[in-house]
Amino acid sequence: MSNPQQLRYSKEHEWLSDAQDGVSTVGITEHAANALGDVVFVQLPEAGSTVTAGETCGELESTKSVSDLYSPVTGEVTEVNEDVVNDPSLVNSAPFEGGWLFKVRVTEEPAELLSADEYTAFTAG
Amino acid sequence: MSSTELRHTALDAVHRSLGATMTDFAGWDMPLRYGSERDEHLAVRTRAGLFDLSHMGEITVTGAEAAAFLNHALVGNIASVGVGRARYTMICQADGGILDDLIVYRLAETEYMVVANASNAQVVLDALTERAAGFAAEVRDDRDAYALIAVQGPESPGILKSLTDADLDGLKYYAGLPGTVAGVPALIARTGYTGEDGFELFVKPEHAVALWQALTEAGEGVGLVPCGLSCRDTLRLEAGMPLYGHELSTSLTPFDAGLGRVVKFDKEGDFVGRAALAEAAGRAAQNPPRVLVGLVAEGRRVPRAGYAVVAGGEVIGEVTSGAPSPTLGKPIAMAYVDAAHAAPGTEGVGVDIRGTHEPYQVVALPFYKRQK
Repeated sequence: MSNPQQLRYSKEHEWLSDAQDGVSTVGITEHAANALGDVVFVQLPEAGSTVTAGETCGELESTKSVSDLYSPVTGEVTEVNEDVVNDPSLVNSAPFEGGWLFKVRVTEEPAELLSADEYTAFTAG
Repeated sequence: MSSTELRHTALDAVHRSLGATMTDFAGWDMPLRYGSERDEHLAVRTRAGLFDLSHMGEITVTGAEAAAFLNHALVGNIASVGVGRARYTMICQADGGILDDLIVYRLAETEYMVVANASNAQVVLDALTERAAGFAAEVRDDRDAYALIAVQGPESPGILKSLTDADLDGLKYYAGLPGTVAGVPALIARTGYTGEDGFELFVKPEHAVALWQALTEAGEGVGLVPCGLSCRDTLRLEAGMPLYGHELSTSLTPFDAGLGRVVKFDKEGDFVGRAALAEAAGRAAQNPPRVLVGLVAEGRRVPRAGYAVVAGGEVIGEVTSGAPSPTLGKPIAMAYVDAAHAAPGTEGVGVDIRGTHEPYQVVALPFYKRQK
């Protein structure tokens, strides 16, 4: 699997797009989606709420397990992906596209986010 | 993860070449899923699925008193099983607690094969060996003698027919006969754990890869797919079948698990657990303890084993198994609940899912029954 070059990645397997008008998109990586198995339920932070880098902001439930969703950055949630709430399988079928999770107006970004190549090496190791 | 300590089945290289996600299951490195577990589940319901179950524990019992011995060691009437037939039964402790649930195949007048769960195989082997004292019967550990491949689903009879001359039409559910499949000697059993028609094929490990490949090719045109343990779990859950460690344990008797019918008090001779089980049967009839029920979610959050079942702010039970049901399209669970809340249609029952009480409907098991 290939991780898009234009994104950055957390060690908790979230991806973060470059900001457009100060707003970035967050999702989970294909690696994480594969590890979870079929995702059947997602609980996302509410629009308008504040998320904190490295802290839990939701839940991803698959056939076999429940996983916390962490925010890769700190900021205000501007939009959540209702399509993925209604059809959680989008996380598996299109983790980097239609399966995005929420958009956030970033106020603070941790220094340790990885590049695509670094993340690929991280998950290979 | 130290995979070096895990045991590998004869099909290990095949699973890896198919890209399976592997998991540690009772000390075995087993395929969890090959792709989407939901697709695998639906394939078994509508077409056919192929499973490697080589981790299951086979124990052979032979000897002039094999039947009398098994009647003593197990709770069922094993002596009454006809040659070529199989029976679902249990092995209990003296206090009535369930050591394991088993399938026993009668292969010949004085030869049986007992199939135990992988996680309990050693426990069952030890108990049988101990209980054989005084009987003209030999208990043999045959775990390494067999690989086990299951083909399950509505297309499975057709797939198997193309590979064997054995009389499959004459082979009833819960029966087994020796035969040849794809040129490989096999015990062909019409058993399974999916709620579908299907077959379990016990073969020598050195024949497993050839048989797997022959079944794969024979099933290509009808949509057979390899299936992992993940979908096996959702299939058995929909079919309302208990799983050791979830619905069954040493702290429960068969009567507590709603499976008192497997205990045969009217068989000849004493058997291990008889007195305690007779007491448990009386308790269950008069003052039932918790009852095993089905729960169907109205929402989408999935109940997990160990979650509390609640009603009116009180804990009234515990979930033993839960998963999203691909067939129903909703989360389902099996749970032990207080008898007062166990009737199908009981109002106001919920599951505490990480602090939120999600509404659930109490239903009779199974959730799914195939059309015959």
